[in-house]
Amino acid sequence: MKKPNNIIALAMRYLGLTVMVLITIGPFLWLLSTALKSGNENIFSYPPSLLPQEPTFKNFARIFESQPFFTYLKNSILVASIAVICNLTFSSLAAYPLARMEFKGKKIIFGLLLASMMIPFQLLMIPVYQLAISLGLNNSYLGLVLPHACTAFGIFFMRQAFSTIPKAVEEAALMDGVSRLKIWFYVLLPLVKPSLATLAVFSFIGVWGDFLWPLIIIDQPALFTLPLGVNRLASAFSLDWRLVAAGAIFSLLPILVFFTFTQRYFIEGAMKGAVKG
Amino acid sequence: MKKLPPLLQALVPIFFLIPACSIVGMFVIYPAFKAIYLSFTNFNMISDASFIGLDNYRKIMADPFFHAALKNTLLYLIVVVPVLVVLPILLAVLVNKAVPGIAFFRAAIYLPVITSLVVSGLVWKWVYEEKGILNYFLLATGITDNPVAFLTDPACALFSVMAVTIWSGMGYYMVIYLAGLQAIPRHLYEVAEVEGVSKFQQLIYITIPLLRPSIAVVSVMSSIAAMKVFEEVYVMTQGGPLDATKTLVFYIYESAFSEFEMGYAAAIGVVLFLITLVLSTINLRLTRDKAAR
Repeated sequence: MKKPNNIIALAMRYLGLTVMVLITIGPFLWLLSTALKSGNENIFSYPPSLLPQEPTFKNFARIFESQPFFTYLKNSILVASIAVICNLTFSSLAAYPLARMEFKGKKIIFGLLLASMMIPFQLLMIPVYQLAISLGLNNSYLGLVLPHACTAFGIFFMRQAFSTIPKAVEEAALMDGVSRLKIWFYVLLPLVKPSLATLAVFSFIGVWGDFLWPLIIIDQPALFTLPLGVNRLASAFSLDWRLVAAGAIFSLLPILVFFTFTQRYFIEGAMKGAVKG
Repeated sequence: MKKLPPLLQALVPIFFLIPACSIVGMFVIYPAFKAIYLSFTNFNMISDASFIGLDNYRKIMADPFFHAALKNTLLYLIVVVPVLVVLPILLAVLVNKAVPGIAFFRAAIYLPVITSLVVSGLVWKWVYEEKGILNYFLLATGITDNPVAFLTDPACALFSVMAVTIWSGMGYYMVIYLAGLQAIPRHLYEVAEVEGVSKFQQLIYITIPLLRPSIAVVSVMSSIAAMKVFEEVYVMTQGGPLDATKTLVFYIYESAFSEFEMGYAAAIGVVLFLITLVLSTINLRLTRDKAAR
């Protein structure tokens, strides 16, 4: 039998949870409601109508008429996927010697990488922009991907994962004269799959939401990613909030699906990556 | 299989490091030095850069827009960082217990974290509308008598933007704390329970002291994040009204890509970096000392 105290505590807990969820999801629901309101309905009415009077998907059709949103979606998926694959490959390649080999200059490389994590992108953006222009990387997929293609965070994250593997695991293979590259691919990588998954999820979210870099490097709508597309809807001369809402909801859907399937890695990531204590 | 000759053996680590180091070198290390160099020039993308010594830094000292941006950024730090350090602890405690449906609540509170900041900014711009949903609730419940001009009143615009930064970040820090909470041994709470220690005292005397490593991480991460606020400002206010929401990063963007004063923008970037560096050092010192005590 439960004590009445416990029931009150549980009720309080659910009350708190519900309030928080209203704060985090409420704004999205309000946006969705706006996106579903027809052109005949006054979206600035007072009191505001929480639910659309005659729900319609017309606004979603209209965003595709006004802008190539499927192209934006394709660009976002393409850029985020390529960047994630590159980041996983290059980070775990670099992490191997940093975690498990002794060589000259290791400390210097390590220090430089560590320092590079402290530098805000906003300091770098002008020289990087200049560099990208001189290499002809503006308005190109390569330009969108390259700055994300390997992150110091990724290297450290993978280094941590590699250093937890016992030495004995690769010693046997080394005795047999198996090359380091093969050991990396066939022995070590399979052992750090969960870390790879976590890094993949985090870097995907990072690249997907990136706005400042695409904003300065891309000006052709054919190469816009979703954040740029949504921003373009919102900065149109005659701002139509129904359209903006529909565009924002559309750009949220893929990441929502992604999140549903990869949820558990977010918590695992926090446990592995952020808290070293 | 034969072993590689020693010389080649020595090159093995380099082979693994080359792709990563060339990318990080090209897009982080080299630009960092270049940015410092540019900050001493009058580079503007059109004509060649010429060396002007400390002129940009002198200009910064006298620039009222810079002062406004610096003030806004510092205010951002003072308000946002403490909230992002404390509020997520409470959230983590709230979602730590495995009550039915907790997975949904955790995911829902995390949702703003995975939303791109552009979308978050727009969502809130719509919520903040003068005839929008938030004003409706405030008026209907009698909290205010007149609609609040969240984003157009210079007195409250910055705080409205801060709320969005907090809203998008709190889920992330909640998960970090959640990881920390789950590492705290259960029996401490059991003993406290038997001794009749209240839940609130348990939070103050057990949970928070044992969360110190996580608190250190969160305070460093949230201060760096608060220094870098850009998207929210860009989407919601463009630095206005009357520069009330102009942050350092937004001012860098404006100077570089609207005014094309790239050398000057680089100098502001250097100042921003120095502030970040000082803050992180102080932060780490403080939290480390506490942990040692």
